[in-house]
Amino acid sequence: MSDNPNNWPLWEVFIQSKRGLDHKHVGSLHAADPQMAIENARDVYTRRQEGQSIWVVPAAAISASQPDDAAMLFDPADDKTYRHPTFYTMPEGAKYI
Amino acid sequence: MSDTTKREALFQAKVDSEQKIEPKDWMPEKYRKNLIRQISQHAHSEVVGMLPEGNWISRAPSLKRKAILLAKVQDEAGHGLYLYSAAETLGTSREQTIDDLLSGKAKYSSIFNYPTLTWADIGAVGWLVDGAAIMNQVMLCRTSYGPYARAMVRICKEESFHQRQGYEIMAVLAKGSPEQKEMAQDALNRWWWPSLMMFGPTDANSPHSAESMKWKIKRQSNDELRQTFIDRTVQQAEVIGLTIPDPDLKWNEATQHYDWGAIDWAEFNSVVAGNGPCNKERLAARNKAHNDGAWVREAAMAYAAKKAERKAA
Repeated sequence: MSDNPNNWPLWEVFIQSKRGLDHKHVGSLHAADPQMAIENARDVYTRRQEGQSIWVVPAAAISASQPDDAAMLFDPADDKTYRHPTFYTMPEGAKYI
Repeated sequence: MSDTTKREALFQAKVDSEQKIEPKDWMPEKYRKNLIRQISQHAHSEVVGMLPEGNWISRAPSLKRKAILLAKVQDEAGHGLYLYSAAETLGTSREQTIDDLLSGKAKYSSIFNYPTLTWADIGAVGWLVDGAAIMNQVMLCRTSYGPYARAMVRICKEESFHQRQGYEIMAVLAKGSPEQKEMAQDALNRWWWPSLMMFGPTDANSPHSAESMKWKIKRQSNDELRQTFIDRTVQQAEVIGLTIPDPDLKWNEATQHYDWGAIDWAEFNSVVAGNGPCNKERLAARNKAHNDGAWVREAAMAYAAKKAERKAA
């Protein structure tokens, strides 16, 4: 990263395509402030009516898990098949369950 | 096995089993470098590609064509941005990437060093240049690096109108007056060979190809893509009554492909080396735009700082 103070910071952009759906990460862009980030995101990521709401988040504010830790991090879920409905045997003939 | 060898084996196994590589994954340094070079070249091509088309915005023959061309050029700017963002996930700074373009260190597609002399050139650029680019981009939707693949999916969705609007311009001109048809044919004559060069050197002479294929950055070779492009485009030219400027072009029953004439690689190398008709003009235009915009970038940061201060007070 450069130290040039005139470089605009990086923002991650999330777009909600329709009311009721979740905001989805679509990419990133540089902008001087949040307002400009939203306006730039409008021009870059919604030129074809892809969205009706935009979130922008400073890229520096995002913490992420490390791919190398994935095995350890997600290990607790590996042996708990009883968390899924298909784990259970239902008696023959029972309905609506 | 050393740690690096083990990691490389794990990396290759991921690639071989069609798992995408993501920014925080370990990757061989050469994979990273290769991708940075390719993605930033691709981004620069989108950005420089706006110049030959921008040349015709104020002289488009109708308001409809002007609106379409504006939308297309705006898309190219967006495509440049998607790609710069993808390159940035590999640890390069945006500033460095742009500086490499402005200093002439980084390359962009040679095709944009040719001039757009008539309105028909806008048709030929959309039909042939975007057509050739799409061949490459459709393949890259399945590239192994996640952010690059996602950018390409977005680009491909938007790009198909670019080729269609270009072909439509050519079709309309070809059905027009004899002068208009001649103008379309002349544009095809000038853009055909440079478009074929866009796929890059022949497989035998392509320095980065073997590694790119192994790492699934590329999924099809330069020659395969070029052949598919020729096979499709010849038919499209026939439909609108234009002639591909290649006397050696001939359908080959045995291979089920067109045979075609020799590409002038000396011309290609000369344009890549900086001696094309517009290399200097293109770089000068980018540098001017960047320098003229410096005060805007500074003012925006000053305004952001002022707003943040007020909010804190």
